[in-house]
Amino acid sequence: MYQSHELGLDPYQTQEPKSAFQTSAVEQDPYQAYEHGHDPYQPHEPGYGLYQPGYSPYDDQIPDPKSRMLAIQNAKAYLLKSSTTSGLNLYDHLANMLTKILDERPTNAVDIIENISKDVKWAQFQKKMDTLRDEHEILPTFEAAEKRKALFLKANGEGNEELEEEIGETPLPNVMETAFYFEQAGIGLSKDESYHIFLALKKLVSVQPIQTCRFWGKILGMEMNYIIAEVQYHEGEEEEETEEEEVTEEKEKGMGEGEDEDEKKEKEDEPPKSTYKPPPVIPKEENGTGANKYVYFVCNEPGKPWVKLPPVTPAQIVCARKIKKFFTGRLDAPVVSFPPFPGNEANYLRAQIARISAGTQISPIGFYQFAEDEGEEEEEEGGGRDTYEENPDFQPLSVAEMVDSLATWVHHGQSILNQGRCVWLNPFQKSEEEEEEEEEEEEEEEKAEEPDEVQQEIGPPLLTPLSEDEGIQNIPAWTAQPSTNLIPQYALAVLQSNRWPGAYAFASGKKFDNIYFGWGHKYSPENHAPALPPPVQAEYPSGPEIAETRDPTLEEELAFKAASEEALAAAEEEEDEEDAEDDEEEDDD
Amino acid sequence: SLNCVEWSLLPPATEEMVAQAKQLKGRFQGDPSFEYKCTEINAEDAERLFGDGKEPMIKEESRLVATIEQIDRAVGIIPRGAFVKTPLGSVHENRNFEGLSLTEAKKLSSYFHFAEPVNLKNKTLLEKADLDPSTDFLDSLEHDIPQGSWAVQLEKGGTVVVLRSLLWLGLTFYHVPMTKQYGYVYFGTGEKNFDLPFML
Repeated sequence: MYQSHELGLDPYQTQEPKSAFQTSAVEQDPYQAYEHGHDPYQPHEPGYGLYQPGYSPYDDQIPDPKSRMLAIQNAKAYLLKSSTTSGLNLYDHLANMLTKILDERPTNAVDIIENISKDVKWAQFQKKMDTLRDEHEILPTFEAAEKRKALFLKANGEGNEELEEEIGETPLPNVMETAFYFEQAGIGLSKDESYHIFLALKKLVSVQPIQTCRFWGKILGMEMNYIIAEVQYHEGEEEEETEEEEVTEEKEKGMGEGEDEDEKKEKEDEPPKSTYKPPPVIPKEENGTGANKYVYFVCNEPGKPWVKLPPVTPAQIVCARKIKKFFTGRLDAPVVSFPPFPGNEANYLRAQIARISAGTQISPIGFYQFAEDEGEEEEEEGGGRDTYEENPDFQPLSVAEMVDSLATWVHHGQSILNQGRCVWLNPFQKSEEEEEEEEEEEEEEEKAEEPDEVQQEIGPPLLTPLSEDEGIQNIPAWTAQPSTNLIPQYALAVLQSNRWPGAYAFASGKKFDNIYFGWGHKYSPENHAPALPPPVQAEYPSGPEIAETRDPTLEEELAFKAASEEALAAAEEEEDEEDAEDDEEEDDD
Repeated sequence: SLNCVEWSLLPPATEEMVAQAKQLKGRFQGDPSFEYKCTEINAEDAERLFGDGKEPMIKEESRLVATIEQIDRAVGIIPRGAFVKTPLGSVHENRNFEGLSLTEAKKLSSYFHFAEPVNLKNKTLLEKADLDPSTDFLDSLEHDIPQGSWAVQLEKGGTVVVLRSLLWLGLTFYHVPMTKQYGYVYFGTGEKNFDLPFML
């Protein structure tokens, strides 16, 4: 019906769109709206012929233009006539109804058209001025800007005195300068973000008593990312926390002693004790040394509050080596893995940071040197030196030398041993108190056996050059490049780590820095194979008392029964004989 | 190109190249003419591929080409509506595309793989009825296996939406909502992240 209608009206149409679905501005298409209105009862209308015998639908293809035009105008005027009762007119009502239908596209529109018509009429009577006003929509950009605004404001409490202090040495690192150098190598964040991080670090420094601070890098996560700052406290600030930890440890020890006594009383009725002795817990390193040398603060975005990461324990590092998980961005997320990771995402993050720092914090040779006061005492422990200081006589090497040979760079991050610590600790050297306790328990036997198995672990000493780093397959551990071949006077030496993709370091004259941008995982050409669960343990040791054997089968049971019945019968015969003998003896007497 | 000044044209990728390159593991060397030996290929495959009895060597160049092809096919994405399909079947850029809205931009279903659709036929008929055939003719990211292999983030205060692929680490797609700007780049080692299921 549509097609014939359009063809007929071609000379009278304006730019009528072909698709029938664009009739939202219905006023432009009076012809189509007109068509839906009523049955064709005038000769020029299409479909008229359907009601009349002898006419075909296409008879009105060549109408008389003028009468048609007049008829159309009459029809439209009729439709626009307002109703006396309600003030509406059919034309507008039809237009609104069709608009509503086309917008909402209900299923089976033709069946519910009466309801639609009613709804549209009702809708006419709503007041246009709603007493409720739309809440002013807060754009997410506005919210984000609010958060960052705090960074840009200076704290009001500071007076002029503070300004003088700041001009002196501040622990705040010059993030923009570092960003500038890294940018020459093509690494880094956008200027905006760098500046925001700079301000966020400034806030951190003003809040916490910090001695040195460094922007460590950014670790990407699935929902949110982490921005990490490496911090060293002033000496003396960390003691508060260690005291708390010692208090809790003592409490646990006290409770442990109480439990031991109870156990001794019940020894007789105990179920078989499991022979599983968990491997001894390796105590974590003290704050300020080894893997816990630095304290790390993280935040998801500059502007959000900085969260301190807990110190890392060797168990966490050992476990982190075995698993490979993405970070979600929420510090309290659980890390579901096998072997089960002791801790949540904050601990996993801290462990990965520790591993990355240990493996990739490097500096040009000679920048750091060992303090000269150390004598022979250090050699006895075999642990190696773990302190270094800046060399005041540092002579920077040229960029070409830095790039050509990896021996011109050294690690200043202490490497982590297999045990999970930087300084090896024999877990079985216990204090005297503990030894006395243990003599009373059953562990004594096993203690004698194990110390032979645990051997001292030695890692590469501090300040070893990078040329000692082993590569992976045939790839060297580090890739060195100058930042530009075109301007060698201002080029930097840039190193990329291949073992931890995302770790970069640059050096230029006396300036150098390390940074990490990445997902936080080590590179391995082999696919990650998670550890298999350990074999099922025997429930109890087999011995003469408890031995596990198979249940006897039915035949065996019957055979046994038959045999026992024979034995019983034999025994009865013997008894009868004995009775008979006894009787005989009695008779004899 | 190795220095962004001199550029050389790479040959187009063939299926054979892709198949060979899939077996190679490890980093790229940086030298396009470096040759890898395929050590893992079976004797049968070797005979099939190299009937002459030549030693199977793959040049790094072909590995590069194959890797690019794999990345494009697997994680090359475009926002919904950026390309339209005409009734004749040809696909071209939609000049009327004005960008996704902010809410749409946060959803994975508003992004499509820019490659031959694989899953489109598997959808139920009801779902197909809602699709607009001119814009919804590609696979959406929602049904990527494994689920969660894309990280969606809003950067810069919510003005830029960034999608990072976790399957090919280093593929980043960006889009500024309500504008026509979008694109994806790859910076990385060129290795597929096979450990993805363990890492999620």
